Amino acid sequence: MMTSSLTSTTRRSRLKRKSGWRGLVYIAPAMGLVTIFFVLPVLFTLWMSLHKWPLLGEPAWIGLRNYTRMFTDARFFNALGFTAHYTLIVTIAIFAVAFPLALFVEKQRPLVSLYRTIVFLPVVVGLASASLLWVWLANVDSGLFAPLFDMLGLTAGRINLLAKFDTAFMTIIVMVVWKIAGFTMIILLTGLQAIPTELTEAARIDGAGGWQRFRHLTLPLMRRTMALALILSVTGSILAFDQFYIMTSGGPQNKMISVVYYIFNQSFVSFNLGYGAALSIALLLILVTLSVVQLWLLKVGDERP
Amino acid sequence: MRIRREIRARKALRDRIAYHGIGIGAAFFFLAPFAVSFLASFRPNSESGRPPLPPWPLSGLSFDAYRALDSFGSGIWQHMFNSLVVSIGTVVLTVAVSVLAGYGFSRYRFPFKNALFVLIIATLMIPFQSILTPLFIILARLGLNNSLLGLMLVYVTLQLPFSVFMMRNAFDAVPKEIEEAARIDGARDLRLLVRVLLPLVMPGIATVSIFAFLNAWNEFFAALVLLSSNDNYTLPVLMTAVRAGRLGAINWGAVEAGVAVMVVPCLFVFLLLQRYYMRGLMAGAVK
Repeated sequence: MMTSSLTSTTRRSRLKRKSGWRGLVYIAPAMGLVTIFFVLPVLFTLWMSLHKWPLLGEPAWIGLRNYTRMFTDARFFNALGFTAHYTLIVTIAIFAVAFPLALFVEKQRPLVSLYRTIVFLPVVVGLASASLLWVWLANVDSGLFAPLFDMLGLTAGRINLLAKFDTAFMTIIVMVVWKIAGFTMIILLTGLQAIPTELTEAARIDGAGGWQRFRHLTLPLMRRTMALALILSVTGSILAFDQFYIMTSGGPQNKMISVVYYIFNQSFVSFNLGYGAALSIALLLILVTLSVVQLWLLKVGDERP
Repeated sequence: MRIRREIRARKALRDRIAYHGIGIGAAFFFLAPFAVSFLASFRPNSESGRPPLPPWPLSGLSFDAYRALDSFGSGIWQHMFNSLVVSIGTVVLTVAVSVLAGYGFSRYRFPFKNALFVLIIATLMIPFQSILTPLFIILARLGLNNSLLGLMLVYVTLQLPFSVFMMRNAFDAVPKEIEEAARIDGARDLRLLVRVLLPLVMPGIATVSIFAFLNAWNEFFAALVLLSSNDNYTLPVLMTAVRAGRLGAINWGAVEAGVAVMVVPCLFVFLLLQRYYMRGLMAGAVK
């Protein structure tokens, strides 16, 4: 990265004569797409959020009333609470699995790249496919878990994992860990491999034990990478939808409605498009705030030696 | 001396057993769901309602599950075709647009260059889930509602921040002298780009392509919202109908078969182009 940016600045100074508008022609298609399918929709969302906007018929300007409605909407707060809860638990679970895995696949050993690849496989399939696969595995009659647990004597009879909130939540957490842990593992691995071996060797010679080396050397040097992995996991989890829609349809007693699911319901089931847009703006603000915090976290990591 | 060597050898052996023990355990956890589902998808109808214990077919290989899958929507070939059209179209358009933009950002100076680059990258910050309603309306205005082309354009836009970033770096890494030489030989602009530079940035194109393919093939939420007629459903949207079942009964065989149809291309593409996939991941992580 360093070298490429250095060479490119010298190259750019040599290329001064190639200036003007021709470059714009090359980037025009990309800018067109971003404008039509991103910038406009964001502005449009803002505009819609100030209206009562039914599917058919004229939109009516209602000012900020969609936003004030949000603050008295108990179901929205439930969705926010559930999403926060899910994000917290799933992030902890992913790290608890991915960090040991990263340490496990770090050293060059026989078969290590095979293990790495296998752990990574679920990452490349879709979350929808993974959800479908696991909803079958968790099915009480035709699935794998309930009969297996029953056979092994872990449960008395077959229990329906997806019928109760706690067990359904657990199932989804395990599914997401299975699906995502390989990704987080690779991110953490890049951080681990960036630690100079001389440092670990020096610490070893100074008599630092395995845990001490991990605690006082590996962890501090991994700050940046961990911040990145953390943010990717958090932002991804906040936007969770597929698993709840496919696996539990919002869960027992509608307890598994995430924020995106709630926006989907408001916009495309109840067709309160204006209110859905206001909710979208709220979600957007949450995510942008997180991104800013991310940049700040990464910068703080930079300043440390 | 010999005792010490023996102790060391025994410790090495123990380490190796522990290492492969953990490795096999992890491999089992991450592979088993795929294996169980693939095997179970070849069970005949008479077995598909039973738990997969054991998962393989007991009374001979059967394609009942795939036949059952075919009876949903407009037939599995149609939906596979839809998914393929959207994915391949997304790959082609993403590559075309991001190669041009990457070249422009790498080699030219123009007004607002940095601001425009940051604008493209900054779209990463905004979740597309929050702008689906207006996208739905804008596509309708463009006459692209419920169309695979419309979905494709949305996917291309979602791929752009990553792809333009990758391609700009790829062009930055091409030595300037090659371009000079080609220029002296009379190659200009698009011809220079296609004939001379394109082969040099192929690794970048491979990375951009594999991410575009996997993301388009797997995407569910936008497809669910933007596609409204049965004929146009991509595989993940079709599968919601299979998952919902008919008259309260779910054909789990068809679910297993559907999972296989969706998962196998991803695994295949990934294993084939793993090097390029990991390159992209690392580039993203280091950024």
